[in-house]
Amino acid sequence: MGVEGIGARVARKEDKRFLTGKGRYTDDMSVPGMKFAVFVRSPHAHAKIVKIDASAAKSMPGVIGVLDGKQLLADGIGNLICGWMIHSKDGSPMKMGAWRPLAHETVRYVGDAVAIVVADSVAEARDAAEAVVVDYQELPVVIDASKALQPGQPQLHPEAPNNLIFDWQIGDEAATDKAIAAATHVTEVTIQNNRLSPNPMEPRAALGIYDAGDDHYTCYTTSQNPHVARLVMSAFYNVAPENKLRVIAPDVGGGFGSKIYIYPEEIVCLWASKRTGVPVKWTSDRTEAFLTDAHGRDHVSTVKMAFDANNRIIGLKVDTIANLGAYMSLFSSAVPTYLYATLLSGQYDIPAIHANVRTVYTNTAPVDAYRGAGRPEATYLLERTMETAARELGVSPAELRRVNFIRSFPHQTPVIMNYDAGDYEASLNAAMQAADWNGFAARKAEAERRGMKRGIGMSCYIEACGIAPSAAVGSLGAGVGLWESAEVRVNAVGTIEVLTGSHSHGQGHETTFAQLVADRFGVPLDSVNIVHGDTDKVQMGMGTYGSRSGAVGMSAVVKALDKVEAKAKKIAAHLMEADESDIVIENGELKVAGTDKAVPWFQMALAAYTAHNLPAGMEPGLKEGAFYDPANFTFPAGCYICEVEVDPDTGRTKIVQFVAADDFGNIINPMIVEGQVHGGIAQGIGQALLEGVHYDASGQLLTASYMDYAMPRADDLPSFQVSTSNTPCPNNPLGIKGCGEAGAIGSPPALINAITDAIGNNALTMPATPQKVWAAAHAAK
Amino acid sequence: MAKVTMTVNGRQVSGHCDDRTLLVQFIRENLGLTGTHVGCDTTQCGACVIHMDGKSVKSCSILAAQAAGSTITTIEGLAADGELHPVQAAFRANHGLQCGFCTPGMVMTAVDMIRRHQGQLDEATVRAELEGNICRCTGYHNIVKAILAAAAEMSGARVAAE
Repeated sequence: MGVEGIGARVARKEDKRFLTGKGRYTDDMSVPGMKFAVFVRSPHAHAKIVKIDASAAKSMPGVIGVLDGKQLLADGIGNLICGWMIHSKDGSPMKMGAWRPLAHETVRYVGDAVAIVVADSVAEARDAAEAVVVDYQELPVVIDASKALQPGQPQLHPEAPNNLIFDWQIGDEAATDKAIAAATHVTEVTIQNNRLSPNPMEPRAALGIYDAGDDHYTCYTTSQNPHVARLVMSAFYNVAPENKLRVIAPDVGGGFGSKIYIYPEEIVCLWASKRTGVPVKWTSDRTEAFLTDAHGRDHVSTVKMAFDANNRIIGLKVDTIANLGAYMSLFSSAVPTYLYATLLSGQYDIPAIHANVRTVYTNTAPVDAYRGAGRPEATYLLERTMETAARELGVSPAELRRVNFIRSFPHQTPVIMNYDAGDYEASLNAAMQAADWNGFAARKAEAERRGMKRGIGMSCYIEACGIAPSAAVGSLGAGVGLWESAEVRVNAVGTIEVLTGSHSHGQGHETTFAQLVADRFGVPLDSVNIVHGDTDKVQMGMGTYGSRSGAVGMSAVVKALDKVEAKAKKIAAHLMEADESDIVIENGELKVAGTDKAVPWFQMALAAYTAHNLPAGMEPGLKEGAFYDPANFTFPAGCYICEVEVDPDTGRTKIVQFVAADDFGNIINPMIVEGQVHGGIAQGIGQALLEGVHYDASGQLLTASYMDYAMPRADDLPSFQVSTSNTPCPNNPLGIKGCGEAGAIGSPPALINAITDAIGNNALTMPATPQKVWAAAHAAK
Repeated sequence: MAKVTMTVNGRQVSGHCDDRTLLVQFIRENLGLTGTHVGCDTTQCGACVIHMDGKSVKSCSILAAQAAGSTITTIEGLAADGELHPVQAAFRANHGLQCGFCTPGMVMTAVDMIRRHQGQLDEATVRAELEGNICRCTGYHNIVKAILAAAAEMSGARVAAE
């Protein structure tokens, strides 16, 4: 590696603008004539809309217009859809209920949008929104997914009897039942995975601009995947054909999954801009974000894990109920199925697995992918079960895992995945050494003398990233291919632009993608610009989620760089009258190997564009594009160890040590990778200790502000000890596995395993608030 | 409508705004200084922290009219002559930011924190002092590191100057 190349700890190119207040987020955008939107939202979790009377609102100061769902329907704007088809085990397709961008007949959760008010200022729009009189006829409400499946419960969608969206299975049930019957020990647990709100710090926003002169729309939006937004808004929502719709996702202040989806607001702002004749900007406030951003998790599962006499797992049976909320969000069906149950083998060699998953409508916000998306649910289930089993079997948690680790690769699990590479024992050993596992007993005794209960817990996770071969996901029901595109433009002066369909919203692509180029051509990082997030600039892309930008997005860049390099070498060989195969590129020069003949990079680039002296038949210019479709998923894995002290008088948990040992494959910028792990762990600790979305029985959201939803703050967290021991991924050119979600996947079970170890009671649910921990600790006495 | 006048980043500015206009709205919308952000509605997240008469203030919890006559520094006014302030430089060197949205508030809070503690900070103090600033990306690990590094550098520079 050079100082700026692959593997270098380069400070980020994008930092200066963020540090000086020059970032450009959607809400920072301003265009001439722009007006402001506020949405009228349902205060009821379930109701019929009898009448909407906007007459008073329309005459209020500053109001440009009030538009409702009937007008939206009349203009032909389509339903929001879920883009991944899942079939129930009886062969029937999933039961997708209609989701209107503005509800005109029925509202199904608190926050469901029913009208948009456009006014000269946000304050005036808000005043007018309060004056819109909506006559609701309230309907009965169901919040809990298990309850919603029972007979006689409120029905959300006529398409889905008993609120059941699908009843899906994976694996071999007969073989699993047989293993359980033959087992010497079966560990049975019920696992709850608490509902979370993703909470990127930048609230969602959309600016819709309709240009009547060109009959063209522009949408600035807080999106992780602007091209997918354009595709969906064009192909399904009938906003505008793709050539008449430009989507720009400028600087985006965090996503964590919640900004993958296309929400009602961006569709409605675009439509409202045409209807009112003015650009329309909407920015969510935080309460709206809690109400309407897609939530994450919310699973309840029962688990049976069967062991033989040698403590080897011989079967795993899982039954999961997943709450998908009031409507099916864009990828909601994939999360509790192919992103969850396919990872239930974990790091273990399990011969028989069966999982049954039922997804359910309830009168709550839609649920979709949140950092990790299905994989945290699988890991939490497995690693809590492993810990429970170790306690029941009287063996150390590390030994139980070691006995069951997969040790040869490739490994075909019984649940679709084919693991390509890994060394799980290496991560386990690294984590145990970093955490001084063997010194724990002494630390526990010392804590005991201070009246504190000390506990230690581990978690060995695996995830599937870099999603994925398009043909494979297509066969599983995905509505899109999951490749990525790149274009590398070498300018006439030798500077380089890389256009990518990946999108950076904190991941540092402007630096790491440029490092690839600096590494390849030896040009300064400053001479490379990364262009992303604009459908008019980048032809097509699938965006950033599922830790895919490195494994898939960068692989596309590599393919384009290969083509650029080949042409550059041809030009240089021609200029120096050398053989193409003798040309090497080093330190910004194209050299004839073994001689002192060299052409500077910029001179070769200039030659490509002057075209005065190119090889016969060669096209002028130096610009190459590529699409990369991965050959397989990638499989990051690792071991996390958490050590806690619980105050038995207050139930307060203090994390005294947190160790992460990950295998991410090859790493482009270790500083950025560590940052991703830190952030992921913080979100995982948040889930385990602090966070939880709560609705009351009437469907009112009780946790709709930072006064009520406990976000992790600096003094809730320790500093983290992170390290990697990497096995390169054999299936992509850079050997990258991905690192964006690991922290959020691996950490919750490590923490809960530690707390339950400390208090001597395994019955504890997330979030482990002081009240719950205190009660569990005292129940154990 | 009220007319308010204040000094922002060394320049006297005036503007007309609705009486209910928050200082952060005045800064963002009237002055076009969009580096100061709004991340919540309840004075919890700290993305809007600016300096008012030398102290860090959440600009979402004060009316523009209340700030009339005051001297304000926003994130845009922190770097002098194009050189990053030591706190900004430390955030970059220590990767104390990812998406950048909470960053302006974090930096303004950190500058005030270091000033109040005269650079004498330890990890526990920094973590306690960050109670009013939420970051969802970094897990705070590198923010804490950056603030400690900046504090050490700034107090070292002060000692050297004395």
